[in-house]
Amino acid sequence: MGSTVYELRCNECGKSFGNRPLSACDECLAPLEVQYDLESVRGRFTRETVAAGPMNIWRYKELLPIPEGFLPDLPVGFTPLLRAKNLGKKVGADNLYIKNDAVCFPTLSFKDRVVSVALANAQAFGFKTVGCSSTGNLANSVAAQAARLGIRACILVPSDLEPAKILNTLVYGARLVRIDGNYDHVNRLCTLIADEYNWGFVNVNLRPYYAEGSKTIGYEIAEQLGWKLPDNVVVPMAGGSMIRKIRKAFRELVALGLVEHKDVRFFGAQATGCSPISHSVKQGWDYIEPQRPNTIARSLAIGNPADGPLASKMIQETGGWAEDVSDVEIVSGIQELAECEGVFTETAGGVTTAVTARLYSQGRISRDQVTVSIISGNGLKTTDALEGQYPAERAVKPKLAAFDEYIREVDASLVSELELAGGVQ
Amino acid sequence: MSVKIVLPTALARHTDGQKAFDSDAKDLPGLIAEFDTKFPALSQNVKDENGKLRRFINVYVNDEDIRFLGGDAHQFEDGDEVMLIPSIAGGHCGQRRWLTLPYDESIL
Repeated sequence: MGSTVYELRCNECGKSFGNRPLSACDECLAPLEVQYDLESVRGRFTRETVAAGPMNIWRYKELLPIPEGFLPDLPVGFTPLLRAKNLGKKVGADNLYIKNDAVCFPTLSFKDRVVSVALANAQAFGFKTVGCSSTGNLANSVAAQAARLGIRACILVPSDLEPAKILNTLVYGARLVRIDGNYDHVNRLCTLIADEYNWGFVNVNLRPYYAEGSKTIGYEIAEQLGWKLPDNVVVPMAGGSMIRKIRKAFRELVALGLVEHKDVRFFGAQATGCSPISHSVKQGWDYIEPQRPNTIARSLAIGNPADGPLASKMIQETGGWAEDVSDVEIVSGIQELAECEGVFTETAGGVTTAVTARLYSQGRISRDQVTVSIISGNGLKTTDALEGQYPAERAVKPKLAAFDEYIREVDASLVSELELAGGVQ
Repeated sequence: MSVKIVLPTALARHTDGQKAFDSDAKDLPGLIAEFDTKFPALSQNVKDENGKLRRFINVYVNDEDIRFLGGDAHQFEDGDEVMLIPSIAGGHCGQRRWLTLPYDESIL
């Protein structure tokens, strides 16, 4: 078995950098991206070799920037692709699927994918401490995976982060620093720290490697659809990286002959309270104007998204669109997905679900097309978003008559005389 | 009037290693004009073909993104700290290469 040939290259000017912890080109300051020599992979990455691999993202390791000698440890990813028949009925869709990263291992969000790839590289580069700026899910994943690898973690978050996400970081023994500011302030501080400290910041100096982990969502979707590409993908957008990487994954699969070519359209989802990328798409821009976030969807609350301009441009190229929804719609999206499909997602998934519904109602996605909506995180982390939605009912005495009276009072539709075996009087 | 300019390591290679220096510039276009004369290499690095600041650079005035303050029209005030940071910053070019890979551009 050979190994995959890859290196960092500038998206704009094409300058090559080999492999090193670096995120921006020193000539034109544009973001760097991992480029593969696909010929070095051909023959080693087929439907058969993938099927013979483990049931997690490492089945695609030939197309991930994994250092030589790296032995994958955690079974990350390969989350369920669910046919969403009930939600489909509600929104007018016959072929709607949910990619359920609310149950990604180990920390219940898609960030587990990117972090596992980033930390593999952090180890190879010799970093003893890793860090990140995070809106929560990334913090959880870096803390958990660093603990398992025995690497120290220092994590910076906005001070108003949801309590569950803070607890879910601290429990792994990570150093958590709450910053008095929003995510954009935190992120900028991390770039300054990365400039001074010899730390591996997964989404700063390790970003090109980290971002590649998102491709595994695309590989899994194609494989789970029976090695076919969908017609449309609806993707939540924060920094704007994931949506581009899913497209990159699809293109690689086409180039290597695992799937037939299809012009997949990409749709981006944001909260109206932080919608710089969807605003850019709607205006037809190739740039973004930064915003000051104000939304309950804090995992998507990046007002100055690093990959925003590229994401906007890409969405427009594919003939897709971007939409944004209000906080009220986000909560409804969470509830609809839970009630229809039994999937409890966090606010970001509420955004994606509500945007998906809107895209069908606008006619931008037609009902027969195969469409995948990406659910990137778990509802147990943002229960505060549902505060007040389910007030506690009065307690009922442990007597059948009391129960019968109560249930007829609160929801008579649950009780049909014909269904009562004993016939309560 | 004087403002303090702060640069990341990636840009300081064009200023003889200076990561902070004082400037008399009154606004962002004035600052870029000052780069032209004081640090021509830096100027070349941060400007695009139209002479504007490259779109991958963010400018902060006292921790606030200059785009929230009016961009080019914003007037600096005495004592302001003006920071230039690539939108995706981080890393050192000089760090060792841990893996040398054969690479043929023609096949990509």
